[in-house]
Amino acid sequence: MVGEGPLPTIGQPILRVENVSKSFGATSVLRDINFDVKYGEVVCLIGPSGSGKSTMLRCINYLEKPEGGCVYLDGELIGRKVENGRYVDLKPNELAAQRTEMGMVFQNFNLFAHMTAIENIMEAPVQLKRETRAEAETHARQLLERVGLTQKADCYPLQLSGGQQQRIAIARALAMRPKLMLFDEPTSALDPEIVGEVLEVMRLLANDGMTMVVVTHEMSFARDVGDRVIFMDGGVIVETGTSKEVLMAPQHARTKQFLARIT
Amino acid sequence: MVAITFVLVAMLVHLLVTSSSLQWGVVGHYFFSSDVLSGLIRTLYLTAIAMLVGIVGGTILALMRISKSLVLSMAASSYIWLFRGTPLLVQLLFWFNIASFVPRLSLGIPFGPSFVSASTNSLITILAAAVLGLGLNEAAYMAEIVRAGIVSVDPGQGEAALALGMPKRLIFRRIVLPQAMRVIIPPTGNQTIGMLKGTSLVSVISLPELLYSVQLIYARNFETIPLLVVASLWYLIVTTILSIGQHFVEKYFGRGRTRTEVPSVLSRLFRTHRETQLTGSTDHYA
Ligand SMILES: Nc1ncnc2c1ncn2[C@@H]1O[C@H](COP(=O)(O)OP(=O)(O)OP(=O)(O)O)[C@@H](O)[C@H]1O
Ligand SMILES: [Mg+2]
Repeated sequence: MVGEGPLPTIGQPILRVENVSKSFGATSVLRDINFDVKYGEVVCLIGPSGSGKSTMLRCINYLEKPEGGCVYLDGELIGRKVENGRYVDLKPNELAAQRTEMGMVFQNFNLFAHMTAIENIMEAPVQLKRETRAEAETHARQLLERVGLTQKADCYPLQLSGGQQQRIAIARALAMRPKLMLFDEPTSALDPEIVGEVLEVMRLLANDGMTMVVVTHEMSFARDVGDRVIFMDGGVIVETGTSKEVLMAPQHARTKQFLARIT
Repeated sequence: MVAITFVLVAMLVHLLVTSSSLQWGVVGHYFFSSDVLSGLIRTLYLTAIAMLVGIVGGTILALMRISKSLVLSMAASSYIWLFRGTPLLVQLLFWFNIASFVPRLSLGIPFGPSFVSASTNSLITILAAAVLGLGLNEAAYMAEIVRAGIVSVDPGQGEAALALGMPKRLIFRRIVLPQAMRVIIPPTGNQTIGMLKGTSLVSVISLPELLYSVQLIYARNFETIPLLVVASLWYLIVTTILSIGQHFVEKYFGRGRTRTEVPSVLSRLFRTHRETQLTGSTDHYA
């Protein structure tokens, strides 16, 4: 997606997560999370089940509303604005507009079941009046080619394999030309032999310069494609560093323990 | 079993064709008579308007029931409890008597001079009582049908749409409702057919729909059975047409649910630029 807008300054943070905390009822799920993601960077979020990875990702696009802290995308505060020196929630439509800047890919694909693959991809750009129907179709065909599924344009989700559905879901998210892509365990629901086709699409995307935050259990992907790894446990960031540092030479006992169990 | 069925059907047909009380000549004579046809037309538009009230009201009630507001959801539940828990006949009589209880409906400054007023016992008000009675009762049933349809849609798709930046209303219209329709349509078809026949209940408030129209005729000429056959045949004909329509609507909203289909003609109609050729090698990751 590089070259579609003004060139960002490589190395500047595009996403800033500041003191984010979140609890469901009495259980505190995220506690004071801080991290930055730079333009073009691929950051992998890893950690045991229930450590709050999905919640963290969902706080970035405000599918969950954090209780404390701020999320900035490209310098813009997400979900709230400052009015008369106080934070106020954005109106639903303003929040929706912010969400168009971030693509999200889910574990269960979540394709619109009553629409064909190409209709899935065209839906948001057309309905949100970003593109005319003709422009959206041209763009959708480019995206289908990018995920290697031009021939499946007219298939319904139920007629596609899990791996194909997830590649369509990636194309659908890309159709809004997002600044950032969020992936929540995109390959966890897939049979082992088709995990590779989805990871390959993601690798190409990363090579094209897309900024990505990826929750994953695929350590080889984190090592080969990820620039940085964040290890979370119990709602806090335990350790963060380059992929090599965290995966090859973890500093904390909990990280070591987790990595030993998963590989 | 087959033999018994066959014999029974043969006996029934024999009875129908030869029975002296079932005079087919009389049936034929009244089948297209203007009284019967105008009764049929009243039945049809009563069905249509009452279903419209029922579907719109039911959708509003369903949205109230699943809303986060306790007040709204309680209000909807109470409505459904009340209207499902009392007989439709009682409700019809209730609305009819309200109409005759308040002899004049007036529009204007309360207790002041009225600008428009109408007698509540005219046919218009009987019709209003019928539409209110049938429609409000239907809304209670449709509410449950629509709610079941809405909750049947995988919430993950709604989340995906939210993440794409689609506003809630758009998500409801484009993602939730079309899929809920698959669940909503079959029982709604049944409700419509039920409503068609249910309109005959309003004969108790002297609204000359199909049944009351034939009743008026056989009160004069005592050809009771042939005239009931006239009415029944018309109900059967309309029910058959409704069932055929239902079949096609169900097919349209069921799209994407089988593994073998191609986009239907209807959904193709809404798309342009179909001629773009598929080229290049595909599926190179598979
Ligand atoms: N909507 C919710 N209501 C209540 N508790 C929730 C909700 N969503 C998540 N939780 C709890 O928050 C904690 C963190 O959940 P989260 O899904 O973020 O973990 P995760 O790291 O993504 O785990 P996994 O690897 O299993 O997906 C869990 O204890 C979970 O039970
Ligand atoms: Mg998770």
